[in-house]
Amino acid sequence: MALPDVKQSATEARLATLRMPEAGCTRDAREAALARLRAMGLPGRRDEYWKYTRPDTLISPEAPAAEVFHTDEPMVFDGFDRLKIVFVDGVFSPEDSDDLTLEGVSIDRLEDICCKDIHWAKQLYGVLEERGQTPVQRPLAALNTAFAQDGVAIHVTGKPSKPISLIYRHESESSDAILHHVIRVESGAEVTILENGPAASRFNKCIEIDIADGGTLHHVRAQGRDHQRRAATHMFTRLGKESVYKSFTLTVNGVLTRNEQVVELTGDDAVAHVAGACVGDGDFHHDDTVFITHDAVNCESRQVFKKVLRNGATGVFQGKILVKEGAQKTDGYQISQSLLLDDDSQFLAKPELEIYADDVACSHGSTSGAIDETAMFYLRSRGVPAKEATNMLTLAFLAEAVEEIEDEALAEDIVSRLEGWLARHS
Amino acid sequence: MAALDQTQVKEGVDQETVDAVREVGTYKYGWDTDIEMEYAPKGVNPDIVKLISEKNEEPEWMTEWRLKAFERWTQMEEPKWAMVHYPEIDFQDQYYYARPKSMETKPKSLDEVDPKLLATYEKLGIPLKEQMILAGVEGAEDGPAEGRKVAVDAVFDSVSVGTTFQAELKKAGVIFCSISEAIKEHPELVKKYLGSVVPVSDNFYATLNSAVFSDGSFVYVPPGVRCPMELSTYFRINAENTGQFERTLIIADKGSYVSYLEGCTAPQRDTAQLHAAVVEIIVEEDAEVKYSTVQNWFPGDENGKGGIYNFVTKRADCRGDRSKVMWTQVETGSAVTWKYPSCILRGDDSQGEFYSIAITNNMQQADTGTKMIHLGKNTKSRIVSKGISAGKAQNTYRGLVSMHPKAKNSRNYTQCDSLLIGDKCGAHTVPYIEVKNNSSRVEHEATTSKVDDDQLFYCRQRGMDEEEAVALVVNGFCKDVLQALPMEFAMEAQQLVAISLEGSVG
Repeated sequence: MALPDVKQSATEARLATLRMPEAGCTRDAREAALARLRAMGLPGRRDEYWKYTRPDTLISPEAPAAEVFHTDEPMVFDGFDRLKIVFVDGVFSPEDSDDLTLEGVSIDRLEDICCKDIHWAKQLYGVLEERGQTPVQRPLAALNTAFAQDGVAIHVTGKPSKPISLIYRHESESSDAILHHVIRVESGAEVTILENGPAASRFNKCIEIDIADGGTLHHVRAQGRDHQRRAATHMFTRLGKESVYKSFTLTVNGVLTRNEQVVELTGDDAVAHVAGACVGDGDFHHDDTVFITHDAVNCESRQVFKKVLRNGATGVFQGKILVKEGAQKTDGYQISQSLLLDDDSQFLAKPELEIYADDVACSHGSTSGAIDETAMFYLRSRGVPAKEATNMLTLAFLAEAVEEIEDEALAEDIVSRLEGWLARHS
Repeated sequence: MAALDQTQVKEGVDQETVDAVREVGTYKYGWDTDIEMEYAPKGVNPDIVKLISEKNEEPEWMTEWRLKAFERWTQMEEPKWAMVHYPEIDFQDQYYYARPKSMETKPKSLDEVDPKLLATYEKLGIPLKEQMILAGVEGAEDGPAEGRKVAVDAVFDSVSVGTTFQAELKKAGVIFCSISEAIKEHPELVKKYLGSVVPVSDNFYATLNSAVFSDGSFVYVPPGVRCPMELSTYFRINAENTGQFERTLIIADKGSYVSYLEGCTAPQRDTAQLHAAVVEIIVEEDAEVKYSTVQNWFPGDENGKGGIYNFVTKRADCRGDRSKVMWTQVETGSAVTWKYPSCILRGDDSQGEFYSIAITNNMQQADTGTKMIHLGKNTKSRIVSKGISAGKAQNTYRGLVSMHPKAKNSRNYTQCDSLLIGDKCGAHTVPYIEVKNNSSRVEHEATTSKVDDDQLFYCRQRGMDEEEAVALVVNGFCKDVLQALPMEFAMEAQQLVAISLEGSVG
């Protein structure tokens, strides 16, 4: 079916500003992704999947300018022993990065996977993204596969001694970055991936994660700092038998963020937890879109999303659990909650279940409201000042999502960021 | 739940249901009435629209209204977003108007109505004789509902056959008649309210209905009047290849109260038939309307052959402060259901409630739910939806709860539970939640599960066979909704729950 004219012209206008890297072995995957993108067109305001988030500035030919935010405050995860991989405005920076050798893992730049003939990466690039295009189209991910400028391939074969930390610095006011990482966790291997930094004025990032039987991947991400930045990110994760994927995202500030998580449980007894906490003040639009597919027996999935919004901030949650025929004994749980600190903010949610197997226990809950007056009264009556009481209750509200982080030290670091933010914004 | 006290559903009911399972067969309303019919030519075009208007002896403004709707309809596209799949409908391969020949000159009273038609309703258990109470509620004669009367408007294909108790209702000031009659007798009311809740161009099927609706019911309850009896409309599709497009308009003026029941059945046929109705309810200050439906259109056979395509738009507008509307539906029939009875809570302190049981078996598909649009302050809404899917059926709850910025201190509670029986069916939940102020609270809960093995084991151990046991468990699952039904329907609904699931075990 031909695309509507408006969509086609918007797509072509964006494509005109992009250049596909010459790189050899990913070329076929990139061409195929471009063909996919042309067939579906970039998202438009009338698309059901973009009902609550306007894609205009994410698809415009040029990235809207975003001021670079300067602060003396240390970056999140700064105190942790980790292997740093730094990107500045979407380009790998060898000077700022650590030596990429570490026992139990091999890390290469995307552009090197061809000359080094890294088979697994060549075979993974664009594959999970393509699988994630049905039943819902994700055109920005196809655009990413076709035009990614940089990225890394992380092959986890053992249990590396420290987390791999991807740091995205933002230095140019008009940067428009497209990054694509591929990660393969081998059977029995285990890794923690950290991500942080404002990245660019506009950031399109895609990670494809393939976890083999019995593999484990922990992911903790903090998106923060710069106010005017925009981001559209995708994580495509495929889980094998008895594998584990646990992901947590903290989002503070940012005028527009859309985080999509596409998780496919393909092996029996796999576990996937996806969580997020976001705090927004004023011109802040945050969208968590999650799609979890159960395609194996006895798998567990859990989604926990909490949003604190004030001064006209908008929080969006679109979460879906799809249980395919035969995926018996599925345990699916989903909760999305918002705390509206004033009357101007809004919470828009679409928590979905689609179930084709009968022996399952799936549930979802969604709530929205103000701070509980009884709890507030309790604290005030014990002499806690209003501001402090509000912050305490807000932190307590976010705790359920933060608790999804297994590593206590990382969780504490996230909590301290939240405390700092609340102190500055109340 | 006020309705709770009025119903007789208490302990011991489950046993009756289990008995009912034994008695009833498969779709028991699948027979047809052999009666001479008069059809308009097949298809839909301005001439057909004019013809329908002419047959109903409508004034010119009504004809114009229909023609405008038709013109709008030709520019619209069929909605495709629902989780239902069916072969393309050929809108020109349907009859849009069919009436029994004997209805050519409208009978002045029920005594003049063709006995065959009366027999049809009698067989369906719908009494059109005024002294009778609704059949099928045996216990009612000696219960507290002594002398309980229900006024019925009977619609057969495209025309209203008759309306009972009109005189008695008139004494109370209540107008209850067919909509075609209302257009002639009460044009000022129809003009004022028709299309004011569901605008002509609201959606594809509502627009089609606006152009070709043939009959339906009209209710007006004047200020301060508590309607002395329950009102009911019974829709029967009889003719083959005929679409039924009825239009219902209910107006509850200030401080009034009315309870309205709707039932529907159709014969068993091999080809699918279209049913696209529109129901508009206007609730003024302090008024209350209860609208209950037991939808039991022919669901098609177990291979998905035939059945009714039920594309219905129902909406209530709580215009006045403290107004209240309650939708209760038991959806067991139809091959395809596309139906979202909604509440616009415009008045301050107004309330909307939605209780639904949707049961799909074999190849049935249902995409149903509600919309609660909170506009006024301190508005409240409650949604309880129970979806049961068996065989190869697909059952979707789709709903919207919207809290507008001005709807301060409003509340919503939503609970939608799905039950799956068998591993070839599907149950889906698609709620939309939009909260635009912080003094309102919205809570949504949904679960999906299967019939509990422990409960089944318990029942089986006590000597029930598997089907009885499942019926018992399912009835327990539906209890919240069954209890919200008026008594006349509660019994029927419980039996339906059992019938619809027959053959789904094992």
